[in-house]
Order: sequence, then C-alpha cells, then structure tokens
Amino acid sequence: MNNAISIKNIKKTYPKTGILALEDFSLEIADGELFGLIGPDGAGKTTLFRILTTLILPDFGTAKVAGFDIIKQLWDIRKIVGYMPGKFSLYQDLTVEENLRFFATVFNTSVEANYDLIEDIYVQLQPFKNRRAGKLSGGMKQKLALCCALIHQPRVLFLDEPTTGVDPVSRKEFWDMLDQLKRKGISILVSTPYMDEAARCDRIALLQKGQVLDVDTYEGILLKNQKPMLALRSAHMFKLLTDLRRFPATERCYSFGSVHHLVLKAGYPYRENELMDYLQNLGHEDIVCQKIKAEIEDVFIDLMSGVA
Amino acid sequence: MRVLTAFIKKEFWHVLRDRRSLTILLGLPVMMILIFGFALSNEVKNSSVAILDFAGDDVSAQIIHRLNSSQYFDITHRLRRFDDLESLFRQNQVRLGLVFPANLQDDLIGDGEGAIQIIGNAVDPNTTNTTIQYVSAIVADYQKELWQTQEIPYQIDVSYRMLYNPQLESAYTFVPGVMTLILMLLGTMMTSVSIVREKEMGTMEVLLVSPMRPILVIISKAIPYLVLCFVDVLIILLLAYTVLEMPLRGNLLLLLLMCILFVLTTLTLGLLVSTLVESQQVAMFLSLVGFFMPALIFGGYLFPIENMPEILQVISNAVPTRWFYNILKNIMIKGLGFEYIIKEAIILSGMTFLFLVIALKKFKIRLM
Repeated sequence: MNNAISIKNIKKTYPKTGILALEDFSLEIADGELFGLIGPDGAGKTTLFRILTTLILPDFGTAKVAGFDIIKQLWDIRKIVGYMPGKFSLYQDLTVEENLRFFATVFNTSVEANYDLIEDIYVQLQPFKNRRAGKLSGGMKQKLALCCALIHQPRVLFLDEPTTGVDPVSRKEFWDMLDQLKRKGISILVSTPYMDEAARCDRIALLQKGQVLDVDTYEGILLKNQKPMLALRSAHMFKLLTDLRRFPATERCYSFGSVHHLVLKAGYPYRENELMDYLQNLGHEDIVCQKIKAEIEDVFIDLMSGVA
Repeated sequence: MRVLTAFIKKEFWHVLRDRRSLTILLGLPVMMILIFGFALSNEVKNSSVAILDFAGDDVSAQIIHRLNSSQYFDITHRLRRFDDLESLFRQNQVRLGLVFPANLQDDLIGDGEGAIQIIGNAVDPNTTNTTIQYVSAIVADYQKELWQTQEIPYQIDVSYRMLYNPQLESAYTFVPGVMTLILMLLGTMMTSVSIVREKEMGTMEVLLVSPMRPILVIISKAIPYLVLCFVDVLIILLLAYTVLEMPLRGNLLLLLLMCILFVLTTLTLGLLVSTLVESQQVAMFLSLVGFFMPALIFGGYLFPIENMPEILQVISNAVPTRWFYNILKNIMIKGLGFEYIIKEAIILSGMTFLFLVIALKKFKIRLM
C-alpha cells in the first residue's frame, strides 16, 4: 500500500437522472503526490471526490484511500482525509476562528496542536479572525476552507475546484500553499477546470465524460500529444476560420484567443506556400502564420475529439 | 464529550445569531399568550341589544334595567316597530333583539305566565347562543325574586357549580392549548430546519467526512432547542401566572418535567423530518401542514374529540399534542398528581423513543 489513492474500475450512474458520471474509472495516485484532475464541468470530478471521501457509493468497482477501503473502512478514511468541497461549505454565521476551532474539535484535535501545518495560511486570515466567514472575500474563504480541511493533519487532502471563482493572484498563492503542503508529505488530489494550473501538479489526469483521457506529467502529456500546428491571423478572422476548415490538409481548426489554431493532418505533406496561396486566392490580407507547439488546451481539445 | 459541547456551542451560535428565528422562538409565545389573553376571548361582553318594549310596564322596565347594568349587554336601540329590528339585524348593528309583548305584567300576575321573545343573530351561532344564555339567566334571576315576594308553594332550584374553573375563565383552556401548539410548532419546525439547513448549505458534506457519529449530530442539534423551548415554557407560565392571573394548581416540578418530555417528543419528530427531506422549505411545509394542522385539529382544545367520527378519534391517538394537552389540563387546571397522567406520560415517552430510533436509522452516513 504505497499508493495514497488507488481506484479500480469505478462506475457510477445517478439513479434519478440516469446520468453516467464515471465509467470504468481507474487511477493510481502515489503517496506524497500532488495530483491534478483536469476536465470541464460534468467530467465527473466531483463524483470522483465524493466516492473517494466515502460520501457516495460507486455502482461498481473498488477504491482505496491510504490503504483503507472506501466502502468497508469508511470511519478509518473519515479520520485521515481532509476534504474541501467545490461549494464553500463552512458556517457563514460563525467567525473565522470559530469555524476553525469547531472543525478541529470535530476531528478530536485542537488548533494549537496542529498550528504549524496551517500557520503560513492562517497568518493571512489572522486580521479577520473575528469576522463572520460569510463576509470574507472569495480568496479568503478558500484559505479558511483549506485551513479547516487541514486542521487534523490529514494524510490525503481532497480539493474540489479550490480555485474556481478566485482571482488570479489568490489562485497563484493557493498553488504555492499546495506546494508547501506537499513538502510536508501530504498527498493531494486537486481538481480544476483551469488548464494552466495543470503545470503545477506532479501528474495530471485529463478527464472527459467520466473517463480518463490520459494520465501523465504535464510535460509528458504535452510531449506525447504533439502534432504539427499553426497559429494564424488575418484581417477577417471569422472568414479565415471557415476557410481554414475547408483547407484539404486541415484536421481541426478552432479559435484560440486572438488567433486560430490549425492542426494539420498527420502524414500530409505540408508546404507553407500552398496554404498561403490558398488563403490569398480567397482574398485574405495581412496573413500571419506561425508554427507552434501544442499547449495543454490543444492537447485536451485533441483528446476530447477522440471521445466524442 | 468535548466534541459534543463544541457542537452544542456551535448550535447556540447559529440560533442566537439568527435574529429572525430568535424573534420567532421567544416572541411567538409572548405574542400568542397576550393575544389570546386580551384580544381573543370566549366570553361575550358588551353585546349590543335592541329592545322592542310593547309592554312598557314594571316587569319590562325591571328586566331592561338588569340587562343594562350587566357588563354583558349594551342596550343600543329602543324600537317601536318590529320592522326596525329586522333592518338592524341586516346592518349587523345588534346581536340580540328583545321583545316584550303588551300586557306582560298583567299576564304574569293574572295567568301566572308571561313570555318574552329573544331574537338572536345566528350568523355566529356560538356567540349568540352564549348571549341568549346570559339573558335567560338574568330573566331567571328576576323570576326567582318575583317568586319570593309571591307565594308559590313549590319550586325547583337548579344550582350548578363549575368545577376547576368556576368563573369559566377562557385563559384556563387556552393557556394549555397555546403552550401545546407553540411547543409543537417550534420543536418540530426549528429542529427539522436546522439539520436540513446543513444539507442545503453544504456543511453536511464536510461534517460527514469527519469521524463524527450520527448520534452526536442528532443530540447536539436537539439540545439547544430543548433549552430554548424550555425557556418558552417558562415564559408562557410566567405570563399566564402574572398577566392572566391564572393559578398554577399542580406540582410545578411535575409540570416542568412533563413539558420537557413533550419538548423531547417534538424535537425527535423534527429530527425525524429532517432526515427525510432535502430542503428547508419542504421541512417547514411538512412541519406546518403535516404536524401543526393535526396538532390543532386533534389536540382536543378546539374541537372535542368525543364528537369526532370514530375513524378520526383513532387517528387522534397518534397526535402527541392530544396527550400533552390532557397532561396540562390535569396538572394545571385540576391540580392532579402524577398518578393521573401516567398513561399519557408513557405514550409520549414511547413516541419519543420511536421517533428517535427511526431518525437514527434514517440518518444517512452518506450523501445518497
């Protein structure tokens, strides 16, 4: 049992809606790892968190958290995990300090006993310790929720979209905190819809429609999934998009920020002149074309098309 | 134990910081007692009466005088014609009309028989009935005096005595009734809402992923409301004793113990509700319609249970308020001891135990 989390063939369908949330889902997360679940809304991230934190039962399959079975050893798991749900779930009418002390007591410990673990985070909350949790800013709420999830020194920490709705500066700070926690030996499973946060994880799993598209390090996933790509711009962006999609060598083309990303068909002999001629003949002006490497979003879009 | 106290402390914070529920919790009993005590009453005072005096003699004058000097009647109209009375009734200006026929005194002395007609507005049958009884009583009183001056050999004097509540004070019936209703309403609604709120706010999700056991959650939810409901009991009793001048006849300690028992019944019922529903609105609705209405109808203080069809009488056995109302009546009004309420106490304890067991069974250790 040297894995913090071990998931085998989990399947979960919600009986009321019939929605298939997870399908034959397997994943291994090593002890001490900072592992990221990356995927859009509805990919099954929250369901996975709830199954691992013993909140819901899978229809099929098994999973272990720190060596404990999620079904049979429910109370063992509840003692050693920290869980921060996607929705802010502390008592809004209690102050910062009251919330923290309450959760410490619920886990049979005290704030003082584990203060070293949360100190770095809590010092930022200290000035507001008598403020009601409901009146904190988004970033502060997340920090408090993290403190409450950490107060009993969990071995495995589950963070469901902790940075959603948080400003970029607070997001960066939050990930810095996760790095520190990782150094203290806590295994962390974190989900996020933001692709740019993937780079900060040891390994990531790309999720789509209840399935794992790929599991690897950030760099590994990028490296594995490179395809020849171009970024293009011209005076008429919308016309450019439709025209590029009609180009014979195009596998896929989509808007990406201020440019269009064009993925070329594998094995198609590509010559830049050919594309330029094609576009100029269609009346495009001020064309800028640049070879690029696929980023994580590109990889995700690419992998997603395989599922759909 | 430390966990329990922390949890209870937290529950107190919730209650004390939520001004609205606190107002309801402490304001409702005060309001209801004062409203029932002063604004609403079964006694009918100052009923307006129209007099149609065709007699105009000594007898009618005597009776009218007596009516006028009682606090129950105001003689507002003196009429000449019968038609006027009807139009007064139509305009809802009088509750009663009193018709003294011509030659009333002569008939009475001559034949020994006189008749007075009372015409009542039966749109409100109960009230009118009561006022008619008042008039009858006043007339009977007068008649008795007449008999004393005349020489009539035989007379049957019906004397009655109202036990426990000789003045027929309405406070005697409504104080136990209001107490029952308030405890039922607050006990079930407040507790059910408080657990369901944790589900709705998402805090239940965090609480579940902790070593905290369900029994602890349930107990710690119940205790603050037990205390608050007990405070309500004290408020009601104090108001009843001081403001409404209602004597507390029975053993006060026994009374308080029984109140605690009933509060426990309602709290466990509220906990049971909370384990079954998912939103605060449903919990509130269920408490109001599912429990408050039956409590009102089958409690025994509005409609006598003996008058109900048999099937409803059977149903009323399942309503906790019915038993508690009996207890209150026996202790507060009759001043009886524990031996007279053993049956009710056992039934309430049984209900409490049953609700608690089901609530514990139904309490989900998972989200779904």
